[in-house]
Amino acid sequence: MQLAKEVKYLIHKEVLLEWRSKYTINGILLYVVSTIFTCYLSFVSLGDKLAWNALFWIIILFASINGVSKSFLQETKGQQLYNYILASPAAILISKTVYNTILMLVLTTIALGFYTLVFDSFTPPDLLLYYVAVMMGSISFSTVFTMVSAIASKAGNGGMLMAILSFPIIIPVLILLIKLAKNAVDGLPWENSYDEIGMLLLVNVLTVATSLLLFPYLWRD
Amino acid sequence: MNKTWWKILGSVLVIYTAIAGLLMGVPRLPIINESIRNLYFHVPMWFAMIVLFSISVFYSIKSLSTKSEIDDIKAVESVNAGIVFGLLGLVTGAIWAKYTWGQFWSFDPKQNFAAISVLLYFAYLILRNAIDEEQKRAKISAIYNIFAFPMMVVLLFVLPRLKDSLHPGNGGNPGFNSYDLDSRMRMVFYPACLGWILIGYWVYTIRFRIRSIETKQQQN
Repeated sequence: MQLAKEVKYLIHKEVLLEWRSKYTINGILLYVVSTIFTCYLSFVSLGDKLAWNALFWIIILFASINGVSKSFLQETKGQQLYNYILASPAAILISKTVYNTILMLVLTTIALGFYTLVFDSFTPPDLLLYYVAVMMGSISFSTVFTMVSAIASKAGNGGMLMAILSFPIIIPVLILLIKLAKNAVDGLPWENSYDEIGMLLLVNVLTVATSLLLFPYLWRD
Repeated sequence: MNKTWWKILGSVLVIYTAIAGLLMGVPRLPIINESIRNLYFHVPMWFAMIVLFSISVFYSIKSLSTKSEIDDIKAVESVNAGIVFGLLGLVTGAIWAKYTWGQFWSFDPKQNFAAISVLLYFAYLILRNAIDEEQKRAKISAIYNIFAFPMMVVLLFVLPRLKDSLHPGNGGNPGFNSYDLDSRMRMVFYPACLGWILIGYWVYTIRFRIRSIETKQQQN
């Protein structure tokens, strides 16, 4: 129960820090909104719904890389050392992942709302399934990017490494997500999407398990 | 594996598949015709790549616990050798695709995913270049290697099954095994796989020995 207590405390710390500065959430929100507007102005004549779907996921992908990569890259060496003394590595990883998941859920929900508002014709017929896809996306992006950002931050030289290291890993997840979202846009019955949802859950469990195994080695300097 | 018998076996098998693969009879099938002989060269590349990448993950896990430099060199050199096989697999596949599917890159899921998994290992090598300190480099790159490996397995073995592919055995296309990998082809195909895996392992051991001599020289 020590672990659960630590995790709870660390999440509280993350939320408190974010609440004080409101830098990440506002920054990413503005990023998403301006990207959606840029896309709207650039592709306004694009009529294809599936292209809008792909565009939405690309916007979310870049927003979440920027948002989640903050979690480890932002901390100074001193802060990391301080956390290392106070908490177990598993608690730190779990708290960061959970916090990032919450952050991404909030952001993607707002982004989806704004997207359907701006692109009126886009609104998928099965909004609930689309929202399930968005939630699965937030969870998968945070689990993968949290670990990759930990690796990138330890390697120094963060920003570029983060992109190179995470893209090949996230592509399988992204393909599944776009497929799932496409089912929602096409209005297919839910039975057709169980495969994708199951696969995404499996990938997430796999990612979290390997992260938990590997993070203690990474954390120690 | 310091003995020489497996090196001789590997060379003999590869020479045998080169000769027998080009000369022995193959079933006549529409569209692929004689290009079916590429099966002996294209598919074994992927087997060799997978074996080399698995060796790399094994030594990455080992180097995390032993922290020895030798395990780290083994991990990186097997990736170096494996990437060459991956690129050869892509090239042989692209040439085959040109003459059977019509263009070099057909946006077939298996083609795309194979290319992505090669990118994954290029990212691994770039990560190594980004870190100067040796022990830190060994540790962080080993962690990335282990973290990326399950994703590569998902990319190469699970996702293609969910999508329609032009490759045999996917999306309603019958697999090679079911109707046309007859006994004549099996006589060449299985030795080819074993031979190329052995040659790949040999390349890796040579590269490992060169690198360990180089590091020894640098330390003196």
